[in-house]
Amino acid sequence: MTRQVSLGFVPLVDAAPLVLADVLGFAEEEGVRLDLRRAASWSMLRDLVDQGQVAAAQMLSVMPAAQAMGLGAGRSRLEAPLILSLGGQVIGLSAPLAARLEKVGHAFDFQDARSAARVLALLGNGLRIGVPFPYSMQALLVDYWLAGLPPGRLSFRTVPPPMMPEALAEGEIDAFCVGEPWGSRAVQVAGARLLLPGTAIWSHPPEKVLATRAGWCEANPDLAGRLVRALARAGDWLSRPENASSAAEIVTRPGRVEVAPDLIERALTGQIVTDPHGRIQPVSGFQRFGPVAAMAPMPEQAAWIGQRLARRFGLPEAPAIAAARMTFRADLHARFLDLSGRQIRAIPGLGRFADVAI
Amino acid sequence: MPATLRILLIEQEAERAARIVEALAEAGETDVTVLSAARVLARHVAQARPDLVLIDMAHPSRDILEELTLASGPLERPVAMFVDRSDAALTRVAIEAGVSAYIVDGLRADRIRPILDAAIARFHLFQRMRTELAATKAALEERKVIDRAKGLVMKARGATEDQAYALMRKAAMDQGKRLADVAQALVTAADLLG
Repeated sequence: MTRQVSLGFVPLVDAAPLVLADVLGFAEEEGVRLDLRRAASWSMLRDLVDQGQVAAAQMLSVMPAAQAMGLGAGRSRLEAPLILSLGGQVIGLSAPLAARLEKVGHAFDFQDARSAARVLALLGNGLRIGVPFPYSMQALLVDYWLAGLPPGRLSFRTVPPPMMPEALAEGEIDAFCVGEPWGSRAVQVAGARLLLPGTAIWSHPPEKVLATRAGWCEANPDLAGRLVRALARAGDWLSRPENASSAAEIVTRPGRVEVAPDLIERALTGQIVTDPHGRIQPVSGFQRFGPVAAMAPMPEQAAWIGQRLARRFGLPEAPAIAAARMTFRADLHARFLDLSGRQIRAIPGLGRFADVAI
Repeated sequence: MPATLRILLIEQEAERAARIVEALAEAGETDVTVLSAARVLARHVAQARPDLVLIDMAHPSRDILEELTLASGPLERPVAMFVDRSDAALTRVAIEAGVSAYIVDGLRADRIRPILDAAIARFHLFQRMRTELAATKAALEERKVIDRAKGLVMKARGATEDQAYALMRKAAMDQGKRLADVAQALVTAADLLG
């Protein structure tokens, strides 16, 4: 008997595994039918999960930890049995700010996080940076990367990604950190220049997770297992370069992620157009959806998230880290996916962090 | 007598906004500011200092409000999403109606209740209308595609309208697909082949 599970998502590039699991039959093979519900904001998705209107949802990797620490308006505890994507963020600058960096000789190599931080520190102005959500990997990556700036220089503004180009063009923000396709879109329509991919700061930053209310997987192990396997297999398929074009076409059909397929394909293949003149700067491992073993939500990753959140919002670190660790359930991932020893040894661990000392 | 309740309503459609304001006025002493632009939201909430913020749950700017749950300055009052802990049913009803309410800390729940009830009723009506409109629009789109596909089959096979329709329906049943999907495939193929 096929069972149904309701699943919330926000239409972005990294919603691809959810759409593909449904359309390409990975869910069907696992004997589960996905009832996909599109949401317009992370707050809305969080409410849908809180209220049990969806069983699970694609969610920002930082939200379960933030919620466990009592940050934000959500109420219930969340946990993640699967990482849906790693990386995929870009940091971009407004045209006037980019021009100032160019004047002082910045190379715009799209990889050296430390030299980019140094040149921003030299400019000596306030830096208003747009991020999609207060509790997002985008905010934490920037906060870590520019921690060496004098206090008060850096301020964050929450800007829904589709409004990022407009906010930049109208001078409400000087820079942004956002997931694709919205960074490329800001290059196209607002003359933005991309400075760094998120992976230049942390090589494997968890970006989206599958989130449920705490205890849901244990209460519904059969259904949860089918769901996790279907999504993990879709992610694995998506992670193979030869599937990028097909994936981009499928994901951009009406009612799904409504942007031009080439924008999605560039994100999937790491061919990022970084300036309005069309310069392409390839990034290896720009955004990862697989292999399956790499998508285990490890408590060590959540601990980093909890620690950075605690520092940013002035909370005690030890309890924050403890609360955050509980939200990334590598144990459920291992149980549902039955990984071999060889697969587990291939897990990259935390990955590398850039040296960002100024 | 309680002071007037300051409400900030975020709503893009002027007509909808007017009707919500009307409903709120009937429910109690309110002073409603309507805001349609989304990006200036945070600044406006800080300036207008409302007691209650009402926003369509599906409004793409909702995440901006999340920022306000962190009061960063001494003059700022933290805003909390309205989740009356004693009344989970009300929260559920609000979410089903598609309205999100954010209240300023310290406001008594019984002052909010009649206002929120009125807002929920109004939003619920809009939600139903929106669902029906979307369904109607989708059905119309599908009918257009089916008509085009029927025309293509009639031309290619010299069939009558009824025969073309029957052929398409059979193809759909044989393949376990929806008629509209088979029609869409035909139309796409015809467009590609010129």
